[in-house]
Amino acid sequence: MSQAEGYHEHYSDAEIRAVLNGVRSIAIVGASPNPSRPSYFVTKYLKAKGYEVLPVNPGHAGKEIAGAKVYGSLAEIGRPVDMVDIFRNSDAAFGITEEAIAIGAKVVWMQLGVRNDAAARLAEEAGLTVIMNRCPKIEYGRLSGEIGWTGVNSKVLSSKRPSMRGGTIQQRMLKED
Amino acid sequence: MSDEKAPGFDTLAIHAGARPDPATGARVTPIYQTTSYVFDDTEHAASLFNLETFGNIYSRMMNPTNAVLEERVAALEGGTAALATASGHGAQTLIFHTLLEPGDEFIAGRQLYGGSVNQFAYSFAKCGWSVKWADVTDPETFRAALSDKTKAIFIESIANPGGVVSDIEAIAEIAHEAGVPLIVDNTLATPYLIKPKEYGADIIVHSLTKFLGGHGNSIGGALVDCGTFDWQGSGGRYPTMTEACESYHGIKMAETFGDFAFAIAARVLALRDLGPALAPFNAFLILTGIETLPLRMQRHCDNALSVAKHLAAHDKVAWVNYAGLPGSASHALAERYCPKGAGAVFTFGVKGGYEAGVKLVEGLELFSHLANIGDTRSLVIHPASTTHRQLSDEAREVAGAGPDVVRLSVGLEDKADLMADLDQALARV
Repeated sequence: MSQAEGYHEHYSDAEIRAVLNGVRSIAIVGASPNPSRPSYFVTKYLKAKGYEVLPVNPGHAGKEIAGAKVYGSLAEIGRPVDMVDIFRNSDAAFGITEEAIAIGAKVVWMQLGVRNDAAARLAEEAGLTVIMNRCPKIEYGRLSGEIGWTGVNSKVLSSKRPSMRGGTIQQRMLKED
Repeated sequence: MSDEKAPGFDTLAIHAGARPDPATGARVTPIYQTTSYVFDDTEHAASLFNLETFGNIYSRMMNPTNAVLEERVAALEGGTAALATASGHGAQTLIFHTLLEPGDEFIAGRQLYGGSVNQFAYSFAKCGWSVKWADVTDPETFRAALSDKTKAIFIESIANPGGVVSDIEAIAEIAHEAGVPLIVDNTLATPYLIKPKEYGADIIVHSLTKFLGGHGNSIGGALVDCGTFDWQGSGGRYPTMTEACESYHGIKMAETFGDFAFAIAARVLALRDLGPALAPFNAFLILTGIETLPLRMQRHCDNALSVAKHLAAHDKVAWVNYAGLPGSASHALAERYCPKGAGAVFTFGVKGGYEAGVKLVEGLELFSHLANIGDTRSLVIHPASTTHRQLSDEAREVAGAGPDVVRLSVGLEDKADLMADLDQALARV
């Protein structure tokens, strides 16, 4: 897999914020029902932030992960989703990206450690936004400031008051700066 | 602002981690003087206990005031995350508890701060962690001390009190060739003078009590995860980082928390179970101190250089050991690693030995005789009659605490007043 220098190596906070503020439904391909797996954490976290999460895992189709129904494939969802989050290896990302384009997704997001430049080019040519080698949970936590509660360097400086998620005590939300 | 245009050090010292308080709009970080935090509901509580989401449970593990301090220190060091602790010693305990198993070894520079020497040689031995000593002035001695049980190398960027500047890059190379992380105590330099991550440090430790807090009012410590060490590629040599955690339903720290996994593991396992949590009031005072770190540290260094030059020219002074002086054995390393200044702690020898040292300390009127460094006030101690008095003459020499040795921590007063105070006390020696 070729990786062009500078291609998708950096995303501005504004780009990431626009993606996370612009989507409501997120299919998570490779979501695990095992509560000790990172994909389970991400599924549960995004659901708690108000996204409609649609786990995709053929081995667990019909069951539930974090209270969300599991689909056997993206096509099986039967309606467009805003974003497809890929929790599979970099090679598998190409085929999943083709399916994401086919079901009308607006964003293809590949998890930390997942990168497939050919898939990214294909998606971009079809008009999709692509994020690679990032975690939406970490990015949401970083941009909202929640991640700083555990001493993590968010790299965000702001003199603006953070916004709290309505009806909660300990949850922040993303807001356009 | 975000990482599009990386903010400067002085900006980070004031802003990193500190957004206005969401509940009240308070601009200065409030002191969250609370033991515990209300959950949204039982599901939220379960998610927090399972580490599935970010949030506060109990102040032994996390506190919103401390969190601002942690993000501030992480940002100043260029790390991915930090963890604040009750003291620098507390931070060291958490680091080694996370890295080592009984029977493991680590290598440390023998020029370390005496408190670290005691902790490593005696208290850690009770946990089955064995320290091997090397010489920071000769990086190859670290290679010679490696064994298949070595799990880490520990050095100070600038050693206390000897003022030895470490060749961090050379020692980092030896650590990484051996597949172990380099831990750097950056207390005397602070990230204003030296950023150890730039030279290969994987973990940084601080006594926040010293120059970061800077006002002699609070004990505190911190560890910084540089996010550079590949735990998952270490062949299972760090089981706390890679094996399923029984107390968290089988979570694997490195797999789940990526490049800030070390700081998370130190928090949710070592801090949770060993307990050296920082009081939020101390975190508040240290945060306020850090806001002026760049200004204070430069003045500390400028004053120290002036005082060191003055002493070096004094006829009652036998020698001055300050890396900022051209004659010092560490001068070349100081010019390379800390061109803005060699810190504010150094030693000198008074002609006349033990009695002269005692007389000098007793004759000073502005310098305070006490066992700390890194205060706005200038401080002095005569190790042979105080901190090192229990040792034999020979052991004192090895520790750099011979009979004539006086240690100064130069403060922020007018340098003319500091030199006048030393002159009048030396005149009575």
